[in-house]
Amino acid sequence: MADISLVDIEKFFGESYVIRKLNLEIRHKEFVVLLGPSGCGKTTTLRAIAGLEEIDAGEIRIDGKAVQRLQAADRDIAFVFQLYALYPHLTAYENIAFPLRAMRENRTAIDGQVKAVAKALGITHLLGKRPSALSGGDMQRVAIGRALVRRPKAMLMDEPIGSLDAKLREGMRTELKRLHLENDSTTIYVTHDQIEAMSLADRIAIMNDGVLQQVGSPGDVYRNPANLFVAQFIGSPVMNITAAAVAADDAATTVTIGAGDGAFGFSPELARRLGAAGAAPGEELTLGIRPEGVVVARSAAPGHVPVEAHIIEPLGAYDIVDLKVGRQLLRARTTSGFVGRPGETVWVRLDETQTHFFSTRTGVALAAGARA
Amino acid sequence: MAGIRLDDVSKVFGGHTALEHLSLDIADGEFFVLLGPTGAGKTTTLRLIAGLEKPTTGTVSIGGEDVSTWSAAERDVALVFQHYSLYPRYTVRENLEFPLKSNVRRTPRAEIDARVAKAAKTLRIEHLLDRKTDRLSGGEMQRVSIGRAIVREPRAFLMDEPLSNLDAKLREALRAELKDLQMTLGATVLFVTHDQVEAMSMGDRVGVLNEGRIIQIGTPYEIYNKPRDLFVAGFVGSPAMNVLEGEIAGDRIVVRQGALELPLEAAGRARLGAASGAVAVGIRSEDIRLGPDQPIAARVHDVENHGVEQVVTLRVDDCQLRATVPAIHPVAVESTVRFGLDQAKLHGFDPRTGLRLG
Repeated sequence: MADISLVDIEKFFGESYVIRKLNLEIRHKEFVVLLGPSGCGKTTTLRAIAGLEEIDAGEIRIDGKAVQRLQAADRDIAFVFQLYALYPHLTAYENIAFPLRAMRENRTAIDGQVKAVAKALGITHLLGKRPSALSGGDMQRVAIGRALVRRPKAMLMDEPIGSLDAKLREGMRTELKRLHLENDSTTIYVTHDQIEAMSLADRIAIMNDGVLQQVGSPGDVYRNPANLFVAQFIGSPVMNITAAAVAADDAATTVTIGAGDGAFGFSPELARRLGAAGAAPGEELTLGIRPEGVVVARSAAPGHVPVEAHIIEPLGAYDIVDLKVGRQLLRARTTSGFVGRPGETVWVRLDETQTHFFSTRTGVALAAGARA
Repeated sequence: MAGIRLDDVSKVFGGHTALEHLSLDIADGEFFVLLGPTGAGKTTTLRLIAGLEKPTTGTVSIGGEDVSTWSAAERDVALVFQHYSLYPRYTVRENLEFPLKSNVRRTPRAEIDARVAKAAKTLRIEHLLDRKTDRLSGGEMQRVSIGRAIVREPRAFLMDEPLSNLDAKLREALRAELKDLQMTLGATVLFVTHDQVEAMSMGDRVGVLNEGRIIQIGTPYEIYNKPRDLFVAGFVGSPAMNVLEGEIAGDRIVVRQGALELPLEAAGRARLGAASGAVAVGIRSEDIRLGPDQPIAARVHDVENHGVEQVVTLRVDDCQLRATVPAIHPVAVESTVRFGLDQAKLHGFDPRTGLRLG
């Protein structure tokens, strides 16, 4: 398996600047996910690594060797497509064997390898069937088998489970991860689904408009988003975002959200840290807090502000409650059934360790609240 | 707006029974979600209500009237599909006007303009009115598609997986918008999906459909906490409910799938009703506890980081269970941990019929 380096990569489609000076190091055996909305350039980047697209500038190196001028077939990389691209006239066995036959390996060796891969993917019983007789999930497994059997330097996967039912996707995630570990693979995986990225990745590379926004472990990008885009893209339900005005004295920092809709107390150190991070006194900032950071109590408590519960979404293991803070809406995560009914008054505070502040002008993250 | 009712409907296509003994009663102004896997019969049900198919047996009623023999146009319900089917070389405005311009309707010009303006405002697409639809993003196209349904001021909206084609983030955003819209309009909505998160977050009530039959109808809370059978138990909730088949043996359940014995205490026993012998035990991932004092040892097969929490797959012999634990506790793959079950949250099912016990 391989180290892969993307150095100053650029790509244009006509006038459209689709990949904008991208730099990324992917380490041997790492599972890296390229994550972003439709049109961000993630699939183009993946296809460029594979050799299915040419780049206009920069270098792609595999194990230190520049490959951007090599044909796809010569890069020793396997690609799994979203819509499987299986040969419809061949059985599952023949589909998986195909790349090995193309490499002119001997029959016994091929048989052994196909059967081993099929066993790992749990599709031995399907080997004699044609794709038309297979379900979506099974077809995807055959497609993965066809990629794996070559023991390539890297596995590149373009939204491989996106077209499957939600339930099937969950099961396939675990399988993909185990396969990656068992094969000691280097895997680069593209998706728009941040839950998939968080579940699978060693590191996530988040892209928007052809630009890398942040690269980090799932824990990193979740807890320390580098900017507003990452903060709102990672995490479900989406992070609450409001305008924030910060005032401080020796005893506390008071943060007023919205247009004077509600005021919350924080430690006096917060104002100092924001100043040190470059916020001017009195500058209006943007506050971000995830639903689990909005702490709800059923009766008055110190540091809590009374608000009205609006809509309650029961999601099974927990509820998401919309809270009216003046004209602002904040969504809070509570245990199931915690808030009885819409219209109830509850008491709310914002957990400082989970409160983020961003520059309103640039969107870049400033100091987060104190760490616990 | 009007209620929708299906009475003992069945639909047979040649040799294939798509729907069997299907009864539904959707109240006026309700947001009802029909949830089920691909092939369950959700789209067929929708098409029957819309009038694009006729039932083989049974009746379809809208607003209290039997419409089984009425054509689609006569039923006055609006359809929103997964694939928008907008007219690509027309503007958004022209697409929105289209349903009102038919000769059958003869809506006056002023009325058309007023309805288009109102729909565009509600959906926040006023700035797009003069743009051709092939120049819109996925989310914008879906809004126009919904707008085209709104302008008709129908008695009900029928939506067939309208968000499935969209990016995950956009789906989330549009879910909230759609629900808000429905509440503002007081609309009767039948929303079809395979995504149980969508069903739980949007539905006033949810009907779970499998292989052409309704298995259970209830509020999200009801279908989650009191699933009627193993299918509902496994389909609603993410991660899926863990189900283990075993034998009740006094103060434990001996699990057939592997060398695993689950302790059964009074609270758990009460949940299984009068059951004895073979049982299928269900426990949701959030009701599994990890800790050094817990009764059963397991290896960690996989860990998924979900931000606020982790989903840990535990392995005992060839048995796997998924547990949801807070993010703060670090858990390493292939490490050994100990786990136990919240007895008060056990579910019991008859392994033969799949039906809920207790």
